[in-house]
Amino acid sequence: MSLEQEVELIRRFPIFSKLPPAKQKLLAFTSERLTFDAGHVMFRAGDAGEACYIVIDGSIEISVPTPNGPLVVNTLGRNEIIGEIAIFGDVPRTATATTLSRVETLRISKDQFLSVIRENPDAAVELIRILATRLANTTAQFSKSLQKS
Amino acid sequence: MERSLFGFILRYSKREQILILPLVVASMLFYFATLDLPKAIVNQPISGKGFSQPDSTMPFLRFVWKLPDFLGGSTVHLFEGFAMERTPYLFALTISFLILIIISGLIKLQINTMKGWMGERMLRRLRFTLFDHIMRFPLPHFRRVKAAEMATMIKDEVEPLGAFVGDSIITPLFLGGQALTALFFILYQHVYLGLVALVVVVVQTVIIPKMRRRLLVLSKEQQLTARQLAGRIAECVDGVTEIHAHDTSNYERAEISSRLGRIFLLRFELYQRKFMVKFLNNLLSQMTPFLFYLIGGYLAIIGRLDIGTLVAVIAAYKDLPSPVKELIDWDQQRLDTGIKYTQVVEQFTADDLVPQSQQELIESPQLPQQGLVRASNLSLVDESGSKVIDGVSFEFDMAQHVAIVGAAGSGSGDLAQMLARLVPPTNGNIDMGGVDITRAPEAVTGRAISYVGAAAFLFPLSIRDNLVYGLKHWPVHEVPYEGEALKKREHWLKESERAGNSTLDIAADWIDYKAAGVSNAQELEQRILEVLKSVDLEETVFEVGLKSAVGPDQAAGLMDGILLARETMRERLNQPDIKDLVERFDLSRYNRNATLAENLLFGTPVGKTFDMENLARNAYVRKVLDDTGLSGDLLKVGYKLAETMVELFSDLPPGHEMFEQFSFISHDDLPGVKEILAQVSDIGLDRITEDDRNLLLALPFKLISARHRLGLIDEALEARILEARRHFSETLPAELRGAVELFDPQRYNSAASLQDNILFGKIASGQAGAGARIGLLMRQLLDELKLRPLVLKIGLAFQVGTGGARLPVADRQRIAIGRAILKRPALLILDQAGSVLDPASQNRLLENVLQCRRGSGVFWVLNRVELAERFGHVLVLDGGRLAASGSYGDLKEGSEPFQHLLGTA
Repeated sequence: MSLEQEVELIRRFPIFSKLPPAKQKLLAFTSERLTFDAGHVMFRAGDAGEACYIVIDGSIEISVPTPNGPLVVNTLGRNEIIGEIAIFGDVPRTATATTLSRVETLRISKDQFLSVIRENPDAAVELIRILATRLANTTAQFSKSLQKS
Repeated sequence: MERSLFGFILRYSKREQILILPLVVASMLFYFATLDLPKAIVNQPISGKGFSQPDSTMPFLRFVWKLPDFLGGSTVHLFEGFAMERTPYLFALTISFLILIIISGLIKLQINTMKGWMGERMLRRLRFTLFDHIMRFPLPHFRRVKAAEMATMIKDEVEPLGAFVGDSIITPLFLGGQALTALFFILYQHVYLGLVALVVVVVQTVIIPKMRRRLLVLSKEQQLTARQLAGRIAECVDGVTEIHAHDTSNYERAEISSRLGRIFLLRFELYQRKFMVKFLNNLLSQMTPFLFYLIGGYLAIIGRLDIGTLVAVIAAYKDLPSPVKELIDWDQQRLDTGIKYTQVVEQFTADDLVPQSQQELIESPQLPQQGLVRASNLSLVDESGSKVIDGVSFEFDMAQHVAIVGAAGSGSGDLAQMLARLVPPTNGNIDMGGVDITRAPEAVTGRAISYVGAAAFLFPLSIRDNLVYGLKHWPVHEVPYEGEALKKREHWLKESERAGNSTLDIAADWIDYKAAGVSNAQELEQRILEVLKSVDLEETVFEVGLKSAVGPDQAAGLMDGILLARETMRERLNQPDIKDLVERFDLSRYNRNATLAENLLFGTPVGKTFDMENLARNAYVRKVLDDTGLSGDLLKVGYKLAETMVELFSDLPPGHEMFEQFSFISHDDLPGVKEILAQVSDIGLDRITEDDRNLLLALPFKLISARHRLGLIDEALEARILEARRHFSETLPAELRGAVELFDPQRYNSAASLQDNILFGKIASGQAGAGARIGLLMRQLLDELKLRPLVLKIGLAFQVGTGGARLPVADRQRIAIGRAILKRPALLILDQAGSVLDPASQNRLLENVLQCRRGSGVFWVLNRVELAERFGHVLVLDGGRLAASGSYGDLKEGSEPFQHLLGTA
């Protein structure tokens, strides 16, 4: 996969979509193509988050630690993004990511992402909008589940 | 030190000054003769006086003088001379003149040489004395002095003093003698003309120095401001982090600028006055010939003076102003250097200078071995007059491990420094195994005690040299000298003695093996490895060793091992789960994890010739590229790369972190590259200038296909690069062979690091955790092959840089602690020495150090109270007083101040 295809991939995600094309390309150029073997723990809940990963190929199991052992909450695959919360701030990982197969990713580090955002106030505003929407959704879900119970 | 410059000069160079005196007197006699002879030449053979007949003769070398009337007017006959005709007589006289000039020149040469020697010896002595004073300053004194100022004083400011020493006594004698001789000569020739000369000289000597007084003041002020400037610049360099952190660079610029402005004004005034004085001086000295021509000419016309005498007088007068002027210069220099000397000496004077006897060289002093460390009634008053330590008394066994704890400002650090005798107590005393520590020579305290502070200093040497630094008390094994070398050494020693310098041989082996508990260098090496373990430094040194490139001279005995490791590594890497982690160098394959440059050279550059930055401009590389038809293709790749870089990076601000990390082109070069790109679209790639071509061609060399993923190097191009690779090594001219170490699976590559040698390839990018896994594998392998000690040895040769800057602070502290342990002191004092380490490492270090010091004393000022649990005895300091002492358990139960520190009270 060439840089151009990676740029295409990056562009699909809302948090990167409002960046100017040159910046998307810069982000792709400065990101790292990283392959994980099957059964590899990409990161653990509680770790400091340093990067997010765009999955190019393979599947990943997301689990959260509970007193009764890890609880699988999700499985992610091709063209999905994981760990993106980490690149917004100093939030520790909320879940553990383990590869189920050989996984190919594009690793975008927090430092690079932030330094690109810092130069682009428009993209920052867009980012705030996305986060606000997510927050609203979470709140709505939360109150729904409260009502149910 | 002598308070005045002349005191210093007389004390140390009297003998040499006196030795020069006879030469000065001799030179005056010859000088007089050279003044007198021209008169005879003009008057006798040239003007014909005494040669009235064609065959008249004159006596040559006739030594007959008619004494002046006031001496009785009789004549003295020494030699009647050879009779000569007019022309031979002219030859004889002029050749005599030439000989006289040569002799007096030779005498002057000798005087100058001797002066020079003397001056240099005195300069050497002065510098050494000043440095000696630095060595003897008490520690608190260093809070008041600036390192940069001290260094410039010793280096630059005393240099003119050295030059002046040679001139100090001889020059006034010589110049004065010369002036007096000339004046006497003129007076002797003609009284009136003599009087004219005398008047001018008197005016010169009275007026000019007066005008120069202001000059002196100015130059003194200038010196002071310049020295402060040096100090200030050093401050800015030291505080550069604060400057950037607080955006005060412009404030500092303004500050320096105002200082420079002051210096400018001072210097400007200085020059103006200097030139004014010069003008007056010149005027005066040129006025006199005018008078001579006028009066002397008139006297000659009326026949009261012969031409020869007039010529001689004018010649003699020409020599008169310059010695007088130089004499005035000398006087000014005397004042100037005198002031300089006093200023420098003031800076280097301290009332509480450590007496010389305390630092005397003692080869094997009686060191305290066992017994009690007893401090009684210790007090320390700091410069501001407040009591930092107040009446502290304690005792413990020298073999015990003692912790000392206290809040900030408790004085624990001061107590540690006192115990190490770095700071003398104001009151009270410290006894260690029967030795009075406050009075013992440094040879005892510096060997029986080790002290490590919170920010220990490393010298810019190798790790090993820093570790053994604490063993260098005296030249233990002298170097044997023989034949020519012995003669040189003796001369060297004599000169050192004459200048009052140290005569100890720096080339000797200074390492005191016995102090480290070993008997030779080999055993010491073993001991150093143990110490590395104790201070948790082994991994670091191992790592550093792996990353070092070792030349064949050092690598002897290692090369085979490394090649074996390379082979074993290759076998291990065949295992399916890790075989993709490393892409090995293969002559017949393009390595996508290596740069294009590495792929082309297929080797490691040695020196600058084939350095990445120089490749595109290198004539041979260009030839290889042209021969294989690659130039055009690479240029196209370079062009595309430049386009991409401009697109990606051109709107980032300068200094953006991404430039350094990712851009192929620096921010400063970007505009230039943009212009080149614009030009290319106008006139095409073929017609751009050579420089632009080089710039574009240099870019692709940095490309690593696997990492950069720009798709610029396709398989066809790879194949062509492989062809160029073959061409490169096959036609490599003999003179360039030394500039590159080609990759060869069977050969050790002395330009590459050990790690790269073993790997013989590149860690594949894009494999998660590849670096860590390969690193682990390599370690296992080196352990299996028993190569670890050799790698450590190479790591120990790593240069730590200025102040140890090439190592992290924690490692610097570890080395300092290792240095302190290596010399096996009776008492090891650690003053928060591990506080920069993270808590886990600190725990481990403490455990290891205490383990290795079992049965020997440790006195540890702790920054974390809970660590005191590991010590047999604990002292609690509060506000400079001993608040409690006892075992950890007892204190934890019963001592309120300790509970307070623990946070349990």
